[in-house]
Amino acid sequence: MIYKVISKREFKAFIDALVRNNSSFGPRKVDTGSNGEPIYQFMPVKSVDEINFDYTVTHSSAKHFFLPYRDELSHFNFSDGNWEQEIQYESPPIILIGLRPCDINAVNILDDVMLHGAYPSPYYLARRKNTFIIGMDHLPLPDCFCHSMNRHTVNHGFNLFCSDIGDSYYLSINSSKAFNFLKEFRIEEPSYEDNCSLIERRKNIKNSFETKIEVSGLPCFLDIEFDSPIWQKWGDKCLSCGSCAMVCPTCYCYSVEERFDVDLKGSTRQNHLYSCNLVDFAQVTGGHNFRPKNGDRLKYRYYHPYRGFAANDNQQICVGCNRCGRACLADINPKDVINDLRLERESCMICVSPSPDKT
Amino acid sequence: MNHLGFEMEKVKIGSFDFTCCEGCQLQLANKESTLPDFLALLDIRNFREISSERLDDYVIALVEGSITRPDEIERIKAIRAQAKVLVAFGTCACFGGVNNLKNRIPQEEAIREVYDGKAVETMPSMKISDIVQVDYSIPGCPVSKDEVERIMVGIVTRSQVSLPTYPVCVDCKQQLNTCLFDLGEICLGPITRAGCNAVCTTGKTACLGCRGPAEELNMPAFLELIKKKGLSLDDLHEKLTFYNAFEPLATDET
Repeated sequence: MIYKVISKREFKAFIDALVRNNSSFGPRKVDTGSNGEPIYQFMPVKSVDEINFDYTVTHSSAKHFFLPYRDELSHFNFSDGNWEQEIQYESPPIILIGLRPCDINAVNILDDVMLHGAYPSPYYLARRKNTFIIGMDHLPLPDCFCHSMNRHTVNHGFNLFCSDIGDSYYLSINSSKAFNFLKEFRIEEPSYEDNCSLIERRKNIKNSFETKIEVSGLPCFLDIEFDSPIWQKWGDKCLSCGSCAMVCPTCYCYSVEERFDVDLKGSTRQNHLYSCNLVDFAQVTGGHNFRPKNGDRLKYRYYHPYRGFAANDNQQICVGCNRCGRACLADINPKDVINDLRLERESCMICVSPSPDKT
Repeated sequence: MNHLGFEMEKVKIGSFDFTCCEGCQLQLANKESTLPDFLALLDIRNFREISSERLDDYVIALVEGSITRPDEIERIKAIRAQAKVLVAFGTCACFGGVNNLKNRIPQEEAIREVYDGKAVETMPSMKISDIVQVDYSIPGCPVSKDEVERIMVGIVTRSQVSLPTYPVCVDCKQQLNTCLFDLGEICLGPITRAGCNAVCTTGKTACLGCRGPAEELNMPAFLELIKKKGLSLDDLHEKLTFYNAFEPLATDET
């Protein structure tokens, strides 16, 4: 990693040059909510003035740039009683601006799933390799809990990361491409004061979290609470609308659909991001549904990121952005569900046995 | 298609309208890019919007509109007797649709309002399945041509035909739309069957549920949402009953 400092004015010139010459996406205000708060999304940007650098959070994550909601996996051509499969991995290069540490950590998690498993996805790889990521730090919102998930800082997975230290940005340059781009602009070696400002900024961020979730030992807790009535209690609130999974930066579950072309001379196989909350997620051929109750489905939305991955991959894949919590019309959010679950057991006095004495 | 082990045959189809605006049938002639291919799947025997030929040897009947006159009952029964497969086509056919608004007021009042008191034979609006058995339903006001293509191709190739089971929210989130509840509106997206690509909400118009209920919808949770946000239950009732696709709220709730 190479560290440099750039004035905010020069940084804007740099970003402007980038976005004018490349297909770029950054945070833009798309609406004003009825509560008066601005609503942001990662949208196409053509000049630096279109980017809201001081945005709070985007409603949807940046996941779909790597895992499109619908993605054509292959096309089949029928001819002479036979068929041929056509597969394309090409992906045009894009620039993503303004991702938060939790968002970049989420992409790193997707890398583990999509690239480092037994069956790496060439579709994902093409998009990942052709995406230039510029990250930016921010002060947490009241409901951000990435600190609890230890995803509030990031040290890889981006090309360039910018920490706001007042009049300038402290740059972490993590790719030769980023370094070469920056050569054309006025950047300086960090001074002693700059380094202090960075540390101060990080401290400030770390101390600003208001929402904390206790996730230590959670996998074991979830194992024990498999039959807890808590799941149906929260499941009863759930609209099974899948919004949580759609906005989540790491939910990657999908369904595959095949469809004939209208001229019947070919067909497509399409990947469609799905959600474990949707009613037919666990329905199999013949019509049997392994999870007909919304409580069961909701349970697995917690087991997959907080338990399954922790047990199999030594990490929980929730990054604590709380996009699911904000998107949920039924007010279901990880903090309340997990706290409810812990509280139920930890406050139970029915069968308490004293811990062995210290000897 | 030979590799699938059967020869393709065009399906003999008839398209019929009952009480409606004929907008769904018009969709059949839409989406020009694939229109020739779509029409090539079909042997159109009876479809007044595109041909003056009237033949009664159709196998598949697309039926649009709701039933509002006694003579329509006879006609739909005759179509059912002929068709091997009857498809309720569009929201009016599937649920009764906008026509059902007149069921809320006395018939005489409706006739006076619309026909200025002329003698008109009419009765409360009914959906197609109130009269005859329906084999497939393609909801929508109007139907989505893309979905119609998918289903017709499915029927022609004898492959599985289904509608999405989940709510419009999935489609809507995929369009990166702002949730209309965040803008202070009541939207039926969370309880309505997806498959429309969220066209209305993408245009910032609340979903009125033209595609009918999503499977296993959670009405108590949805009601809770409306109350919690302080939104109008009257407005909700209006929206729920607009297409007659949902159970109206119990009177003690409005």
